[in-house]
Amino acid sequence: MQRIGVFICWCGSNIAATVDVVKVAEVMKNEPGVVFSANYQYMCSENGQQLIKQAIKEHNLTGIVVGSCSPRMHEATFRKTAEAAGLNPYMVEIANIREHCSWIHKDMDEATEKAIILVRTAIAKVKLNAPLTAGESPVVKRALVIGGGIAGIQAALDIADAGFEVDIVEKNATIGGRMAQLDKTFPTLDCSACILTPKMVDCAQHEKIDILSYSEVEDVKGFVGNFNVKIRRKARYVDETKCTGCKVCMDKCPSKKGLNAFNMNLNTRPAIHIPFAQAIPNVAVIDPEQCIKLKTGKCGICQKFCGVGAIDYEQKDTFIERQYGAIVVATGFKPIALDAFNEYGYADNKDVITSLELERLMNAAGPTNGVLLRPSDGTHPKVITFIQCVGSRDSSGCGKPYCSKICCMYTAKHAMLLREKYPDTEVHVFYIDVRTPGKNYDEFYRRAVEQYGVDYIKGMVGKVYNENGKLMVQGSNLIDNEQITIESDLVVLATAIEPEPSVRKVATLLTASIDTNNFLTESHAKLRPVESPTAGVYLAGVCQGPKDIPETVSQASACAAKVIGLLVKDKLKTNPCVAIPDEMMCNGCSQCANVCAYGAITYVDKEFRLGGGKTEVRRVASVNPAVCQGCGACTVTCPSGAMDLKGFSSKQIMSEVEAICKK
Amino acid sequence: MKDVEMKMLERAKALLESGEVARVIGWKKGDFCFDPAPASFETVEELDNFVYDYFCGANLSKYLIQMSKKEGKTAVFLKPCDTYSFNQLVKEHRIKRENVYVIAVECMAKLDIEKIKAKGISMVESVEVVGKEVKVTSAYGVETLYKPDVVLTKCATCTKTHQVKDEEIILHERPARDVDRFEEVAKLEAMTADERFAFWREQLSKCIRCNACRNVCPACSCVKCVFDNPASGIAAKANDDKFEEQLFHVIRAFHVAGRCTDCGECSRVCPQNIPLHLLNRKFIKDIDNLYGEYQAGETDEGKTPLTSYTEGDAEPNDVMNGEAK
Repeated sequence: MQRIGVFICWCGSNIAATVDVVKVAEVMKNEPGVVFSANYQYMCSENGQQLIKQAIKEHNLTGIVVGSCSPRMHEATFRKTAEAAGLNPYMVEIANIREHCSWIHKDMDEATEKAIILVRTAIAKVKLNAPLTAGESPVVKRALVIGGGIAGIQAALDIADAGFEVDIVEKNATIGGRMAQLDKTFPTLDCSACILTPKMVDCAQHEKIDILSYSEVEDVKGFVGNFNVKIRRKARYVDETKCTGCKVCMDKCPSKKGLNAFNMNLNTRPAIHIPFAQAIPNVAVIDPEQCIKLKTGKCGICQKFCGVGAIDYEQKDTFIERQYGAIVVATGFKPIALDAFNEYGYADNKDVITSLELERLMNAAGPTNGVLLRPSDGTHPKVITFIQCVGSRDSSGCGKPYCSKICCMYTAKHAMLLREKYPDTEVHVFYIDVRTPGKNYDEFYRRAVEQYGVDYIKGMVGKVYNENGKLMVQGSNLIDNEQITIESDLVVLATAIEPEPSVRKVATLLTASIDTNNFLTESHAKLRPVESPTAGVYLAGVCQGPKDIPETVSQASACAAKVIGLLVKDKLKTNPCVAIPDEMMCNGCSQCANVCAYGAITYVDKEFRLGGGKTEVRRVASVNPAVCQGCGACTVTCPSGAMDLKGFSSKQIMSEVEAICKK
Repeated sequence: MKDVEMKMLERAKALLESGEVARVIGWKKGDFCFDPAPASFETVEELDNFVYDYFCGANLSKYLIQMSKKEGKTAVFLKPCDTYSFNQLVKEHRIKRENVYVIAVECMAKLDIEKIKAKGISMVESVEVVGKEVKVTSAYGVETLYKPDVVLTKCATCTKTHQVKDEEIILHERPARDVDRFEEVAKLEAMTADERFAFWREQLSKCIRCNACRNVCPACSCVKCVFDNPASGIAAKANDDKFEEQLFHVIRAFHVAGRCTDCGECSRVCPQNIPLHLLNRKFIKDIDNLYGEYQAGETDEGKTPLTSYTEGDAEPNDVMNGEAK
């Protein structure tokens, strides 16, 4: 005979203000199987837990239902409570009467009625619960970092410093990411390369770090502690172990007209190239779309001049497979495409540029050797107009609804640096709001306005057009309430940033969730901001949301702390809610294995008795409980209903449905 | 068709005599000219009853689930549409491919005795097909029918070709045709939800739950069907409401979605003439629209669109809105 205890939590006023908790607890006393029902202000408190423990012992309860917040919050708490009182922790069910009920309803009668149904549903389920015991699985003590920008570099260094092996998989030929493209960094104006490249060198020299550049994650199997990752090492046509980075090949290459992506396509580079001077690894790569030898079979000059015989035109993509305990995603960002913003004339005017392009034009290693020259005619621009929020905070649907967060600060930086270096230039900035929260940030912006005389204009720009070689910026000045036109030589667009598009594939492979803007979703917006909802997957940098370098580095180190916390464990407790096949009903059709994202299902030939002394050998499914994550995909795919999930059996779910539908 | 039958008989005899196969699955003569039935022939003598004519519409592939487990090889005659079911069953590890010898045979579209009878002809004695003419000899004389009017529904829109063969007996090529198998589905889609509900409610009300559709369906080959499993909790529900019972067909269509090869056997065997194949075809059409064209049973390996995920898959809201890919 079942002896169920029901515990209704007020959650202060969170639940009690909308749900008549006393009534819910009273009604439950009459439910079949329920022998105890109580309500309490904070069930998760020591006293609340004590109430539960006491009831379990006094009333000899066989199962309990807690009507409270989401199981994501306190299921673990109440399971431990039950265990401490001698009840199997899987004999606990949570009825979510907060997120699913009190928070979303206003009418007390309605909410109370719904809470009663939700608790009844949990009672129906707990009656069919069976005691379960968690198993253990070993932890592979190696981490994978996807993306070699500052986020990935910082995470890798911290994890490696703790003594664990780390692999950085970077899709480009060098690590460094976006930060390597920046000139100076706010709010201290130190040179980006000067602070980034030592970290890149640290990575290269660290005995625990393996940099897999020009590589991409191809497939991910397994689960927390035991990921099995297939990595594609793209053919760079240069032997990484031989190339010394001498750059003779770059000088000799006859095909020099390739667009230089590192310099935002503002100049060209040879088909064989090293992306930038401080590249790590300092190894050349051949662009197969541009290489004459690879396209026509005729040329081979670089091979002839290479002193160490590093050039290999026959190189093919190769694949390696490695095991990891944890994965950090740090795939970064890119500026959005400006196709939808014709009003700024970006496509038609060479002198309308993005902020990232300006970074390269101001950088000593950039296409103009750090001298600011207009892309159209190579002259010094005298009037420069910045336009903020290009594609950010955009409600028109052309851009992004969110604030890109970094633009206010880098625009202030650009304006200040230009006024510093070229005091004869006039600098205007159109802005909607200037947002500068952060240590020393507002002071930085005020310096731009007060010390450097940058002209900040509150208002949006409607149009940029070319008139006799001048860029006419037409906008509104909301402070003076007038329409103005600024005759400019150079227009800089503070372009919104978006997650690097390859993140979608990575998210799919990792079964990590992604939001409508392609940012990876964190497990809890406030309390678990660096963890993905997928166990063992952590998020660093802009792939999770817009952020600047200090925030990115902080998040990367936080990720590393989480990864280290995982990797120091020798074993993880596995989820006992795993799939279990009924061999008598299994057809052996492989559909469950096809949908299993974890590779947990294999098949075995088993002999079955048919009666009359006859036997038959049948192919039946077998689930590895250490690998199964209990997602349930197999149970709904199985045509004969042979697959079931412990803790979430079809019977339990159907009984919940019936409890909800019952009048 | 007589020449094809002769050739098949010749091969069946040779295979049995040489001991290459232990049995041959084909069709045996019935009581009338129009009711041949699937049969297993283990000796040359048994082949006296062998027949292959315009009424041999039955799909033989499902029999191989049991037959391929037996000692010795099994030879089977498969028409083009049957080979898709065969592949699908191999893919699902239900047929042991190495134990089967597939002889691909031409089809030329099979006749539907119900449609002939519906023309007002009874006591059919023999049927002869010449081109598009069907000469039906009955106790009341000879009548000539237009063949496309009296072929099986599944044959009317068939464009299938043999997907698997160890050898073939094809003496005549079936001319290529331009047909749209989704025409009837499109008509259903054009209805309002209420009209469609009324349509299916009426059609399914004819069901007598004889289970012929399930028993003949090559995709319905579960060791234990959920409807026969008291533990599934479905059995008792059926008594609540008559229509709930008839939802059996909808559940069945869901179970075979993505695996149904559109062999049309369900509608062929239905004694109540319920157009069951339209449920399956609706799924096929939706899968084509949402995940790209897919024909179950075209190969004997790989995943089906419903049990695999690719980056190009339709988003759930596209599926909700029924938007094409």
